[in-house]
Amino acid sequence: MRILRTLVAVLALALAGNALAIDTEPAFSDPALQTRYENITHELRCLVCQNETIADSNASLAGDLRRQVREMIAAGKSDEDIRQFMLARYGDFVLYKPRLSSLNFLLWAAPVLLLLLGAVAAFVFIRRRVAEADIATETDNAGQEAGKP
Amino acid sequence: MGKFIIPFGIFMLLGVFLFIGLHRDPSLVPSPLIGKPAPQFSLPSLQDPSYAISSQELQGRTWVLNVWGTWCGGCRQEHETLVAIAKQNAVPLIGLDWKDDDAAAQEWLRTLGNPYSAVAVDHEGRTAIDWGVYGAPETFLIGPDGKVIYKHIAPMTFEVWNKEFLPRIEAAKGKQTS
Repeated sequence: MRILRTLVAVLALALAGNALAIDTEPAFSDPALQTRYENITHELRCLVCQNETIADSNASLAGDLRRQVREMIAAGKSDEDIRQFMLARYGDFVLYKPRLSSLNFLLWAAPVLLLLLGAVAAFVFIRRRVAEADIATETDNAGQEAGKP
Repeated sequence: MGKFIIPFGIFMLLGVFLFIGLHRDPSLVPSPLIGKPAPQFSLPSLQDPSYAISSQELQGRTWVLNVWGTWCGGCRQEHETLVAIAKQNAVPLIGLDWKDDDAAAQEWLRTLGNPYSAVAVDHEGRTAIDWGVYGAPETFLIGPDGKVIYKHIAPMTFEVWNKEFLPRIEAAKGKQTS
């Protein structure tokens, strides 16, 4: 019983954070628009506070950017329009999920390139070891055969 | 011995990158506006709200836009520098009073001196968003072709002005006369 009570208390505390709403503007009456609004504000970085999205930040600039997103959605702009609007003004850094560009191409390609490099190195290394082992067994066999009476 | 040359080289290269990284400020976000046409605005003047300050009036000139507010500590810090720079008369210095109280801003200019040729008031922060402003003070340099040449984030200093702004202003003005 005590365990259950503790669990309920922990759960209540864990959910309490949601009560501290940052965004005080009224929600869209259309739930589809509200979902889009929430998704996109969670994708955009608040540049003053850097480690928060504009949905989570109570900085004044984040409020202005949320208003901008809200108005653009209301005006019928697509999510991509909104992203392009922010990118043109604030650059790649405004997106929490960075997109592939000529500048960060190496960063995206690095895992694959390193994996390939490792595979080539491993292949060469193993080939050499196998070749050495073959020579060793051959000389061993030769030695044994020569040693036969 | 030869066996360690490659790992050691990689280690040194990594060291060089990390060392460079130590001296970079991660809070500086490069502006995508550099080399692009400056965003247009037409906003009421701080001194006389019935008068509009329009970026179009500055077309064909080299000018500086300084984003400030009385709530901004860095702006107080750079103010004396701006006043001294304005006395050089190198370029018109246009202020963008960002999300500020008009009376407080007027009082600020009265007591601390007014370095600006004109101050445009952006109560709602919309022009600031167009310019990709995220933290005052920010200072932009705009060329006679209407394109943004340079952006400085953080309080203006004589060092930055002399090293980054003046040479670019000279270069831009050279193009202006030719």
